[in-house]
Amino acid sequence: MSVARDLKPILVVEGLNVHYDTGKGPAKAVNDVSFSLRPGERLGLIGESGSGKTTMATALMRLTRAPGRIAGGSVELDGRDILKMSTKELRETRLRDIALIPQGAMSSLNPVMRLEEQMIDAIVAHKPGMKRAELDARVQELLKNVGLAPEVARRYPHELSGGMKQRAAMAIATSLSPKVIVADEPTSALDVVVQRQVMQTLGRLQDGLGAAVVLIGHDMGLIAQFADTVGVMYAGKLVEIGPVRQMIESPKHPYTRLLVDSLPGIEVKRELTGIPGLPPPLVDLPPGCSFNPRCPLAFERCRRETPLLQQVAPGQSAACHLYPEHAALPPLPPMTRAHQELRP
Amino acid sequence: MSFLTSLRRNYEQGRISGVLLLGLGILLAIVLFSVIGPFFVDAVNAQVGAVRPRRPPGAEYLLGTDSQGRDMWTLLIYATPNTLKMGLIAGFIGVGFGTALGLIAGHFGGIVDAVIRVISDALLTVPAIAILVIIAGNIDRMNTVIMALVVASLGWMFTTRTVRAQVLTIREKSYVEVARVNGESQWEILFTEIMPNLMPYIVASFVGTVSGSILAVIGLEALGLGALDEMTLGNTIYWSQQSSAVLRGYWWWWGPPIVVIALIFIGLFLTSVGFDRFANPKLARR
Amino acid sequence: MTTLIEMRGVTKTYGAFTALNDVTLSLSDTSPSMTAVAGESGSGKTTLARMMLGFINPSHGQVLYQGKDVARMTGAEQRQFRREVQPVFQDPFDVFNPFYRIDHVLETPVKRYKLADSESAARAMIEDALKRVGLRPQDTLGRFPHELSGGQRQRIMVARAVLLRPKLIVADEPVSMVDASLRATILDELKTLNRELGISIVYITHDLTTAFQICDNILILYRGNVSEAGAVERVIGTPKHPYSQLLVSSIPLPDLSKAWGGEEIPVSEASAARPNPGCKFAPRCPHVMEMCWDNLPPKYVPDSERLATCFLYRDAPVSASDDVASAFRPPNHPIAATAP
Repeated sequence: MSVARDLKPILVVEGLNVHYDTGKGPAKAVNDVSFSLRPGERLGLIGESGSGKTTMATALMRLTRAPGRIAGGSVELDGRDILKMSTKELRETRLRDIALIPQGAMSSLNPVMRLEEQMIDAIVAHKPGMKRAELDARVQELLKNVGLAPEVARRYPHELSGGMKQRAAMAIATSLSPKVIVADEPTSALDVVVQRQVMQTLGRLQDGLGAAVVLIGHDMGLIAQFADTVGVMYAGKLVEIGPVRQMIESPKHPYTRLLVDSLPGIEVKRELTGIPGLPPPLVDLPPGCSFNPRCPLAFERCRRETPLLQQVAPGQSAACHLYPEHAALPPLPPMTRAHQELRP
Repeated sequence: MSFLTSLRRNYEQGRISGVLLLGLGILLAIVLFSVIGPFFVDAVNAQVGAVRPRRPPGAEYLLGTDSQGRDMWTLLIYATPNTLKMGLIAGFIGVGFGTALGLIAGHFGGIVDAVIRVISDALLTVPAIAILVIIAGNIDRMNTVIMALVVASLGWMFTTRTVRAQVLTIREKSYVEVARVNGESQWEILFTEIMPNLMPYIVASFVGTVSGSILAVIGLEALGLGALDEMTLGNTIYWSQQSSAVLRGYWWWWGPPIVVIALIFIGLFLTSVGFDRFANPKLARR
Repeated sequence: MTTLIEMRGVTKTYGAFTALNDVTLSLSDTSPSMTAVAGESGSGKTTLARMMLGFINPSHGQVLYQGKDVARMTGAEQRQFRREVQPVFQDPFDVFNPFYRIDHVLETPVKRYKLADSESAARAMIEDALKRVGLRPQDTLGRFPHELSGGQRQRIMVARAVLLRPKLIVADEPVSMVDASLRATILDELKTLNRELGISIVYITHDLTTAFQICDNILILYRGNVSEAGAVERVIGTPKHPYSQLLVSSIPLPDLSKAWGGEEIPVSEASAARPNPGCKFAPRCPHVMEMCWDNLPPKYVPDSERLATCFLYRDAPVSASDDVASAFRPPNHPIAATAP
């Protein structure tokens, strides 16, 4: 897990807004989210279902489909804003610079094509001039990187197990050595042993490429074992972000605290606690802080005013009115604020 | 909850949609036309030689008269229910028989399933109109009921296939197992759990079968193989062909039957689409 | 001890494939227990669950409910069995018939098993069951399944099971398709049902952390065979069978001092194709010995409240009984430690 601390960020997301148009007004699935990633860094985004995390994943690749639409903000990859690119530029950028491992990647494999054909397809779409021999060699290299045997290239997806399919999907996603990999719940349907294999494969792939990873999920344990930085999403907003160890040892936002507290371990038996209540409907958010109806520490201000993300500890930011001492700080330009988070 | 309240609630939830109401409305209009129409006209006028021939639509004859002296308006009022009748009989027989076979094949499996499947698949590949022409041509005394039966004989296969496929799918669903542990008996499961989810397919098959049957009937009648002494829409087209009505410009002879046929199809189609929303609440939108 | 349910030498084969091999497990009638059955997919845990529920019959051996063979029960005995052994399934989507409102799945058992005398009594029972699982009747009754979240639907399924006041609930991965924050709540409800209503629970899962938290005992299956069984503190706290050790070390814990093992696990797919009459874990086992390939290890008892089927413990005594439950801790033994 090496983070090149002195390099400038490879991915800067600024004020991203993704709305779904429903009959009752826009559902703000991604609500003014900002963060940045350095090369080699692993960011874990954690949230319940309905928190907007999968919408975020597709938005980063500009793959948002109607009735969703990107309503504002920027996604700068190596200085170029993905949201403002032409279709041609966008197509070139996808897979070559930023790749997505979608949720249920195993079903994104074409069932009637052999694996090697699918991989070659992806490569040839970006590099049309390569000869067959070169392509074959590249396919073998990619399979080796994900720990699959060479003969797997000639197989069809249904002949592979769940974990193998997931790794095959990873091989395709990294076939052009992207700079950023977005993995949306890559291990959701897998057993714990296969999950570890797959995540270790992802880690090795990423180290080899020097790429940055955005890992999206709902399992705090998994994200803790894999990521350097953790961002917590609730009802479309980023409510806390910081280095993973700090976030788990001293979470500042009440939602993060509840999440961490509810994690069962295998040392001692104790009362299992969940988080009572349900996340709010994105189309009808409560006034003020979206978490206030379920927050055990909510007070009057929480119901009036939406808290902004501000630094609460070195490298850690939370959006919560419990930290009033920072409310008096002059409003910093959002860019600087996001940068401050990730500086060592 | 009373029936009307339940109806209102279903409408609000979008299960009863405008599409369904429109489709049912058209069908209802046609049925009313057939049922009430006879009270306003004299059946005698639809017989050959009853009125002055070849009159275009006007004040005296609403839809004109044909070259054999029949009043088209009266003819239409009597022909429509006859055609509908044949379609419905063929539809009920075809869907009833097809559903029963599909349920049996899907539920029992094994040899029974294999036999039913082979027969229905083989018959599906047979060019129906050719067989029907042969059958119809060999029947001496044709009437509307026999016509319906002839057409139904080759109209059940699609329903069987659809119902069988659905039964196989639904059987695997967890809610069938939940019904078992909830204490439902096998028959209860079939009727309470499986049948309601088959309804959209059965209704769609019914619409398809009725439409297909009406088409087949009209096809046969237009060839002169129908029950020629009965008043039906297809026969009207046949007679109009025989008298070169198109060439001679007697549009009021072949036009109105076609309009009525088109309306029947549209009504059936809209009902089928609208029914899907009723049976599958997930599709309902408000 | 009278047995509630007993699986005696149960084997299930599908052609050449063995889903479950000679498993003997009995659960007591006198003290309601919470037992976990854990394993990967292909371990046979779902097959075991379905046999307990009477959905499939064993190829060899018997499943006995209150002493009677399930495969040979009379109509009345079957009805009683059906009512007293209830499932909670994994998928909260497919378990509801999309044609009906969710009330259907709650009203049907009340009617079929004649649990209430009048409609108002039935309604009261249903509302009570819903409240018991933390749902508000006014928010759930009258709705269609697609209008509710996965967590709500799963709780309704638990409420349905509770309604019948069964003796045993077999929960097959009840929370794996539910949001992380809701899992704890639903599992806690199962634990409460066990404590307050005396319902025994068999919890089928691949998640060892939740198994540890809510169950007293655990049985770990690998490819249809018992690999390790015993009290959860033993099996999960200090796993002895190499497979259990692999499982436990793969658990992603938020405690960063317990990092995932860095060692690569050999890819097993190729070598797993080689059929061997011995231990099924041999192709992947880091401690495999010659004898492992040819013979199935017996159930050794290396320490109290646990048994492991592994030749690493061949110096330990062999378990006197084939019944896996002989290694279990009795349910009303006080819990070892409680968090501050």
